[in-house]
Amino acid sequence: MEWALLFQLTVNGLIVGALYGVVAMSFVLIYKASQVVNFAQGEFLLVGAWVCWWMLTEWQLPFWAGFLVTLAFMTLFGIVLQVVVLRPLIGEPVISVIMATIGLGIFFQALMKWMFGVFAKPFPPIFTTERVSVLGLEVQTVYLLSLGISLVIMLGFAWFFTASKHGLAMRATAFDQQVAQSLGVSVPRVFAMSWAISAVVSAVAGVVVGVVNGVSSALSFYGIKVFPAVILGGLDSVVGAVLGGLIVGLLENWAQWLDAGWLNWGNMYAIAPFYALVLILLIKPYGLFGTKNIERI
Amino acid sequence: MVAMTPAGDFRASYQADTTIFPTRNSRIAVWIGLALLCAAPLVLGRYELGLLVNIGIMGIAALGLNILVGFTGQISIGHAAFFGFGAFASAWLHDVAHIPVALCIPLAGVMTAAVGLVFGAPAARLKGLYLAIATLAAQFILEDFFARAQWFTGGVAGRITEPFEILGWRADREESFFYVVLAWVVIMFVGAANLMRTRDGRALVAVRDHYLSAEIMGINLAYYRTLSFGIASFYAGVAGALYAHYLLFVSVEAFNILLSIQFLGMVIIGGLGSVSGSLMGAAFMVLLPEVVQAGADALAGGAIDRALRLGASISFLREMAIGAVIILFLIFEPDGLARRWRLIKAYWKLYPYSH
Repeated sequence: MEWALLFQLTVNGLIVGALYGVVAMSFVLIYKASQVVNFAQGEFLLVGAWVCWWMLTEWQLPFWAGFLVTLAFMTLFGIVLQVVVLRPLIGEPVISVIMATIGLGIFFQALMKWMFGVFAKPFPPIFTTERVSVLGLEVQTVYLLSLGISLVIMLGFAWFFTASKHGLAMRATAFDQQVAQSLGVSVPRVFAMSWAISAVVSAVAGVVVGVVNGVSSALSFYGIKVFPAVILGGLDSVVGAVLGGLIVGLLENWAQWLDAGWLNWGNMYAIAPFYALVLILLIKPYGLFGTKNIERI
Repeated sequence: MVAMTPAGDFRASYQADTTIFPTRNSRIAVWIGLALLCAAPLVLGRYELGLLVNIGIMGIAALGLNILVGFTGQISIGHAAFFGFGAFASAWLHDVAHIPVALCIPLAGVMTAAVGLVFGAPAARLKGLYLAIATLAAQFILEDFFARAQWFTGGVAGRITEPFEILGWRADREESFFYVVLAWVVIMFVGAANLMRTRDGRALVAVRDHYLSAEIMGINLAYYRTLSFGIASFYAGVAGALYAHYLLFVSVEAFNILLSIQFLGMVIIGGLGSVSGSLMGAAFMVLLPEVVQAGADALAGGAIDRALRLGASISFLREMAIGAVIILFLIFEPDGLARRWRLIKAYWKLYPYSH
């Protein structure tokens, strides 16, 4: 038995899981605020990472400047998508809204492939020290940074929703749109803001993954992995999303360990979360922390 | 919109009121249309016939998805996986059990329906986006199964299939296979149109419109949701089997999530809950890449082509067109081509008093 490998994979799982948690959080943000299931979440990561990569390589900007430009761009991107595509669909059936985000997803994925090619492209080196030693375990600096960034984003979300005025307005809108409106909350602005924040946060995750693995269309798969995470945590729970992301990250790495050690099925890394997803839907469809939907006649 | 019938054409019974083709002229038009289609292989080239065959196959699959999405209000993002299962099932049945291909196609449909019922079991409890996510998982699990199950799919290498054969008549070319697809299209579309006239069909629509009211009126929700999933899978399986015996080769990669999205796109573009719309949507989706290709060809060699690398990235342009068309239809024509077609008909019927 390879305990060292298990340990390494567990650390991996926590780091990747934290990133899943961040993406899942931004997914839940959109769902809570505007009741839209965003199938294009992975494309937010993709677009953000490519924009940042483009700034750094073509325009030779330093990392911090390119990163800021990316964030500004993604804010605009999220708002434009919400206003142009999603706003006309308010009040339409679920299938229409889901299909619109799926359409957006394949559109931007193909656009990115067209503009930047299909092969993974590495980021220019950002850190001078490649790896550092933590508790006797050699860890790449980028991984540490990604864990740090994930934590910062999560704390930022916590602060935003409990203390800031806009965050409170968003929670009010999620609770009851009409009541929020009557209290002076601009619901269209909250919708646009939720999309902007979600796009920005996803883009940060995208840049982090891009720095670690290089930028390619594989990034958009994070958007798919979000579903097991949010279903596990409950579709409308921010805490659940973080926890769900961590569990999915650990689950797929442990599945890989089992697979490499005993099962030899291959591909368990990619597919295990979906088996878990079907099981959760059968047993507890509202997840760990989701609110159970009670319907009145 | 109410179907417009000529003055003096009164319906005296429920049976007369639910006929599929309400007027004599529409019945004549159907027969003329079928006769014209039967003559198509004599006139059209192989390429055009190939497009028609594709439209037919995709139309059957899209119709199945429309029964699920448009009539029952359930969402499936895993239709391509069931389509693929039908393709492999038919090839496998023929290889292993030596059943003639003509029988393999409906049997593959039944097998796919059985698999659909397994994955549809959650559908009895779930609805809306939870079901969408469950079927998304089904898509990935089945894709993984295809890549893994060497005995069933031939693994990464794919599986060779035999051409359709009945009573010594081999349909191994576009000219002959066209008739096979045409026959299946007629059977499946008449079947679906008739299904909607039965108690079961109305029950499905009731489940879509208001499931609580439907339940109160004595409709078994779990039964009809699962049934709808089974029917949709049956249609997908038959279409997949036809696809397998048309291409004479099936490989794992063909049935990815993009194809699932294309099926959903056909349903949206054709019109949710419209039998004929499914075929229109399929035609639109099959012809769309051809239009994109034609556009790129027209620009080939010019400055735009060189600057944007149109020729080399045609597959990305196609995907972008699919995404863009779905979004544009949702925003500007959410009821799809079926509504557009009704409007055109109404315009000419009422001409010049259409306002």
